[in-house]
Formats: sequence, C-alpha cells, structure tokens
Amino acid sequence: MNFKLKDIVPQLITVTAVVLVFGFFTYNAQINMENRGIDFGYGFLSQESSFDVQFSLIEYDGSHSYFRAYLVGLLNTILVSVIGIIIATILGVIVGVARLSPNYLINKFAAFYVEFFRNIPLLLQIFFWYFAALRALPLPQDAEAIFGVFYLTIKGLYVPAFIWQNFSVFFYSIVAAIIAIIVIRIHAKKVQENQGKQIPVFLISIGLIFILPLLSFLIGGVGISFEVPVLKQLATTSFIYEGGVSLPPELIALTLSLSLYTATFIAECVRAGIQGVGKGQKEAAASIGLTPNQVLKLVIMPQALRIIIPPTTNQYLNLTKNSSLAAAIAYPDLVLVFAGTALMQTGKAIEIVSITMFTYLTLSISISLLMNWYNKKIAIQEK
Amino acid sequence: MMSKINFLKPDKNNLNTFLYLGSFLFFISVLDVFINSFFSLNLTSFLPGFLSFLLPLILGFIGLYFIRIEFSGIKQLDLLNKHINTNNFNAVLSLLIIFVIIKSLPPILSWFVIDASFAGDTKDVCTGSGACWTYIKVWMRRFMYGMYPNAEQWRINLSFIALVLMGSVGYFATDRFKKYLTLYYVVIYPLIAFLFIFFFISGGPVFFDFSYGIIAAILSIILGFFIPAKYKFYYFLIVPLALYITLKYFIFFEEYVELGKLDGLNWVETGAWGGLSLTFIISFFCLIFCFPIGMAFALGRRSNFPLIRYISVGFIEFWRGVPLITVLFMSAVMFPMFLPEDFFIDKLVRAIIAISLFEAAYVAEVIRGGLQALPRGQYEAAKSLGMGYWKMHIFVILPQALKLVIPGIANTFLALVKDTPLIFVVGLLEIVGMLNLAKTNPKWLGFAMEGYVFAAIIFWIICYAMSKYSYNLEQKYKTDR
Repeated sequence: MNFKLKDIVPQLITVTAVVLVFGFFTYNAQINMENRGIDFGYGFLSQESSFDVQFSLIEYDGSHSYFRAYLVGLLNTILVSVIGIIIATILGVIVGVARLSPNYLINKFAAFYVEFFRNIPLLLQIFFWYFAALRALPLPQDAEAIFGVFYLTIKGLYVPAFIWQNFSVFFYSIVAAIIAIIVIRIHAKKVQENQGKQIPVFLISIGLIFILPLLSFLIGGVGISFEVPVLKQLATTSFIYEGGVSLPPELIALTLSLSLYTATFIAECVRAGIQGVGKGQKEAAASIGLTPNQVLKLVIMPQALRIIIPPTTNQYLNLTKNSSLAAAIAYPDLVLVFAGTALMQTGKAIEIVSITMFTYLTLSISISLLMNWYNKKIAIQEK
Repeated sequence: MMSKINFLKPDKNNLNTFLYLGSFLFFISVLDVFINSFFSLNLTSFLPGFLSFLLPLILGFIGLYFIRIEFSGIKQLDLLNKHINTNNFNAVLSLLIIFVIIKSLPPILSWFVIDASFAGDTKDVCTGSGACWTYIKVWMRRFMYGMYPNAEQWRINLSFIALVLMGSVGYFATDRFKKYLTLYYVVIYPLIAFLFIFFFISGGPVFFDFSYGIIAAILSIILGFFIPAKYKFYYFLIVPLALYITLKYFIFFEEYVELGKLDGLNWVETGAWGGLSLTFIISFFCLIFCFPIGMAFALGRRSNFPLIRYISVGFIEFWRGVPLITVLFMSAVMFPMFLPEDFFIDKLVRAIIAISLFEAAYVAEVIRGGLQALPRGQYEAAKSLGMGYWKMHIFVILPQALKLVIPGIANTFLALVKDTPLIFVVGLLEIVGMLNLAKTNPKWLGFAMEGYVFAAIIFWIICYAMSKYSYNLEQKYKTDR
C-alpha cells in the first residue's frame, strides 16, 4: 500500500466540508418541515391535481394526477424544443452559409441578422413577440385567410387538421422506405469499396421516400382529408375558430423567439465549420478531378460537420434549457405547470424543484453522453 | 466601333451600349420601388397587378444582366460586379435585399421619428401612428432606478461614477504601479465596490465601520513599505482585513452585534432597487463572485485527487445541466428551507448567489479549456524548478491560461448580462421587469412596443460593445503568442 498523508488530507478536508454543508442543509430542512407540518415524500404525484392546463398534447384535466400534469409539462417542453430546433437549424444553416457569400449585400445582411438577434436578451425577445408584436394581430372575426385555410389571429394560429384513414399503413410505408434506403446505402458502400462502381444512392433514396408512401395511397387504402377551421360566433362580440388545429400565441411567440435567437449561434457554428476546412482541401479535391458537388459531399462536408456538430448540439441543449423561459409568458411548459402551479398547490418545494431539475439534468447529460460518443466516432483516427 | 449586338450575351465590344442600357433599367427598377415606398405611388398601375408587382425585379434583373461584363476596364463596374452581381442567383438576391431595405425604411422611419411624439408628459399627446417616446420619457427614472426613491437617486449615480472612475485606474497606471494592478482589481476594487453598493446605495446597516476601515487601510499601507516585495501580495491579501477586525473587535471592543451605519442616509431596502441600475449591480457582483469560484472548480476538475475531481465534476455538470430559471426557483422557494428558521437572507443576495454559482460552472469550463491548452512542458518546467502546486499555478500556469481564455470569459459575462432579466422569478424587477410593470399601469396602457424597443436598444448597445471588446482582446492576445 502506498498511502501518503499528503494525498489523503486535502481530499478528506474537502469531503468533510461537503458532507457538513449537506448535513447542515438536510438537518435544517427536517426541522423546518417539522415546524411547518410538511412531510417529505413523492406520494403526492398520484393525487388528483385539480387544476387545468390550457394547452396539452395528451388528454388532461383537473381529475388527472400530478404525475400526468408533469407529463403534460414535459411534452409541451419537448414540443417547443423540437419545433424550435428544426426552425433554428434551417435558418442557422442558411444564415451561416450566407455569411460566407461573396455577395457583399447578402453577407452584410446575414451579419446584421446575427449581431442584431444575438445581442438582445432572449427574455426580452419573447416578451416583444408575445406582448407587442402578436398583440397587434387582428381579432378572429377580422382575420383574413392566408392561402384560404390559415388564420393568424390574436388568439393564435389556426391551421387545417389532417384527417387520416389507415394512418398506420402510411406510417409503415415510410418506415419501410427508410429501412430500404439504409440497406441500399450499406450495399452501395460495399460495392464501391469492392468494385469501385458508384450507385446513385441519392436519387434512389429520393425516389423511394416518395414512391413507397405514394403506393400506400394508391393501393394501401390510405386516405387524407383536411378539416378547415371555420369561424364561429360565441356571443355578439366573441368569435373563435372551430375545427382544425389551433396553435396558441404563447407557443408561436416562444418558438419564434427561441429559433430566431438560437439560429444566430448556429449560424456562427456553421460559418466557423466551413471556414475551418482548409482551402487546400478544396483545391486538392478539385485537382484530382472531383466535380464541385463531389467536392462538397465527399471532402468539405465531412470535415466541416466534424467542427460544426459539437457546438451545434450544445446550442440545441441551450435551446431546450431556454425553453423554460416559457414560464414568463404562461406557456404551460414543465417549469410553469409543475414548478409553478403544482408547487403552489402542494407546497412540496423540495420534491418538485428536485424533480424538475433532475428532468433537465437527465436531458442534458444524456445528450452530452451521446455527443461524446459521436465525437469519439468521428474524430480523426491518427495512425 | 460598333459590332453586332447580341442582347442575350453582353460583351466588351459593346460595353457602352450595355452599360447605359443596363444602368438605365436598374435605375428605373430602383426608382419604381423608391417612389412606391416613399410616396405610395404606383408608377406601373396600368399593368396587371401581378406584372406590376414583379416588374421592378424583372427590369433590375435584366439591367444587372446587361452590366455583368467581366474585365470591363472600368474599376467601379468591376467592383460592383464582383460584390453584388457575380451570377444570376446573386443578382436576384441583391435586388431583393435592396428592395426590402427601400421598402422597410419609410415605415421604420415614420414609426421611430416622423410620426412619433416626444413632447408632453401625459398619454394625451400620443395620438399619432408613430411611437410614443413620451411614455419612455415619463417612466425613464423607473426604468433606470426601479422603485428607488427619486430624492435618493444621486446615491446610485455617485456610486456608479466613483466605481467607473476607480475601475479605469488601470488605464492610467504608470509602469511603477502596474504590478499592483492585479491585487487592486482582485481584492481592493471588489471590496470597495461591495462597500459602495451595500453601504451607500442601500444605506442600511452593514458589518463595516468606515473609521476603523480607514485606520486599518492607512496602517497597512505604511507597514507595507517594510515588507519585502516577495511577500507583498500575501501581505495585502490578509493584513488589512485582519487589522480591521483586530482594531474593531479586540482593541476597541466593539460589540459584535453593533452595526455600522452612515448618518443621514435613509435605508432603501433591496426590494425597491430595480431598473437598469439593478442589472448593472447584479452583473457586477456575479462577475466578481463567479470568477474565483469557477477558477477553483476548474483547478479541482484537473486535480490529481480523485475525490476532489469527482466533486468538481459533479458541481460543474449539475449547474450546466439545469436552466437558470429553475436555479432561481430553487433560490426562491427551496433554499429558505435549507437554512435555520430565524436566519434570513435578502432576496437580492440569494439571487446573486444563485446566478454566481450557475455562471461559475460555465466559467470553470472555460478556464479548464485554457488549462488544457497549455503545453505540458509548462507544468514540467515549473515542477523541475521545485515549485509546489500553488506556486506553480499562481506564477506559471494561471497567468498564461487566463490570458488564453479571456474571450471565453468575456462571452460568459455577456451571457450573464443577458440572463439578468430572469430575476423576475424571485420578484426583483430590473429594466425588463419594470417595463412589464409599467405597461400594466392603467394610465399608460398600450405602449408595450415602445418599452421593449427601448430596452432592446439599451441591451443591444451594452452587449454589442462587450462582444466587440472581447473580439478586440482576442485579436490582441492572438498576436502576443
């Protein structure tokens, strides 16, 4: 055994300090809860919640349990994050590429966008869209239809709903298409390695993803119809739209500001990634006779992605965490529903805050573990 | 010399023809949009609606196509082609951007300036379709100082001016005093700032007595001349505070519970603080606190002791994994449960602690990046000189590592400033919170837009200046290495 006092003592002191602090907190918490007559426990999760949530993806009302309220909040958080991530990625990539454009006007326009939206606090942007911009929209009865079916009003965006027949067949056809594409890709790679022949994978993939679902319509009995929102009068001055899907203004304001804000950071990641690929790489690839498309696909993109993906994943994580600002405009996300309303009703501060934090922590840590794995996979293997 | 003109293929031989024709078409298209936008006149209203709408784009496109002549020999034309007119796609995009700018200028200008109302101090003057800057004017004090009493606001102004002046000492210090700057900025300046804010702005009771403080400061400076330069850093780190405590509690036997208070100042509780000044106060304190905490955890994460390493990793990953709003929730509802019952912590202090811990985790990761970027040789060289852990880090590793991570730290501070509006969760109202309060005032309903635009401009200026400054620092230190 090779114990040294010098190594043990600092660790011992640190651990003792941490244990003491935690012990102090736990001790106080126990006394405080005893004095206030609160008992510690997670049993309240199965009790009836008896509060309503305005916007929910799953069936929910006051008679459901607190756990279900938690699920409603979590799903709403995930919904806004996923929509935000998709829009932010598309916008970010476009702006990032535009930042590298040789066209002076486009370049400056993209730079202006990035500098403008990135330097204003996100909360302020959310408030701006929700309290100022969206409040200027017309009332339901005055709204004009966009393309005849969309209605953008002060009460939210009304879009037509899809009504599917035999949705499962359609779904399976898409799954089948994806599996077929993966198989073909693997096969094509093998063929190219063995025989040097190239199979036009991209064209085949595009074809498959269109043809298989189309077949499901033609012979699988899948049908689709639209339910268009229709104006309905509730009282003399009160109108709403019925039918279709309604997106509440909170959701619109939140996704808009989250994606506009995060897109600026993603744009910078994309720009850095593309700039990070040496000019020599492009020239070398061109000089061995690759077409511009091949240069982009086989040389630039794989190297740029290696630089782009890690910080971009970080931005996705930030977006998910920032979606908790929803609480400020009363979008029923995890923080508002659970750490807000449920906490007020039950008074279980420690349990509820810890569950909320643990949820976000699980989300973040699982994504960063995935990240590390991916990083290791794509890292340059030096020999 | 005129040769055959092929209009589908502009060439250099007919340079002038193409140039005049193209410029003319381009000019017409811009003029059309300009007149349409500034004078609401549609020159091409005789055409069918669809064509009238697209005409400027078509004309401009043809015009740009005609003047796209390579190596024309005219410098300006070549530059123009290179920058906005390299191919058809770019030409269309350039035209669209030019049109969008021309189209959006009049409404923006009229809202901001032409139709806006500036005069007066009631809502009645705001009848135009433009912005109501009167609203901002009337509420200015609230947006800047929150609920802080009007008569006492000179205290905030004075403190900020003093702090800015004292903070700028670094720029004027001569070489002789440069070596003390680190000590000044790390220990003395934060201490003075702390006193100013929690003593002068608050005016409330604090655990500090100026008379003993001044005696302790003078004594320690005089004694400092006899201390060898080698120990001066440690000396000034410890002795002034020790002297102060000795003087106050052991020589003059002040009672522990007796609190110092400056005569003639009213106590303004922190709940009344607010507005932009609160943004500055919170950013400032969090900046001061999160830096040393972050540094400690960065060192801890790279420590050789496994237990210390695990604790640091746990701390960093925990704070980085949760959103700030839940941290503030925790400080508001959960933290009081963890303290003894009669122990009360002010909510501003709680918010500052929460934000500092949160940002410290990000600072720690940034500093760790700097520590990792240092070549191993630096560590080995320091060790081979016989330096211990602390000596090695303080004199060799940290000065180099911190220099490397200045841009990263600046970015973290930028994020910190942008995060301050979140303190609405604990019930403190800085500028965005005050805006939300003001817009619900029944006398001033309906001016949300003006308020948010105003706050956005302020934040934009602050953050843009900070990011430019950090960029400059980055460039400066890049060349140093």
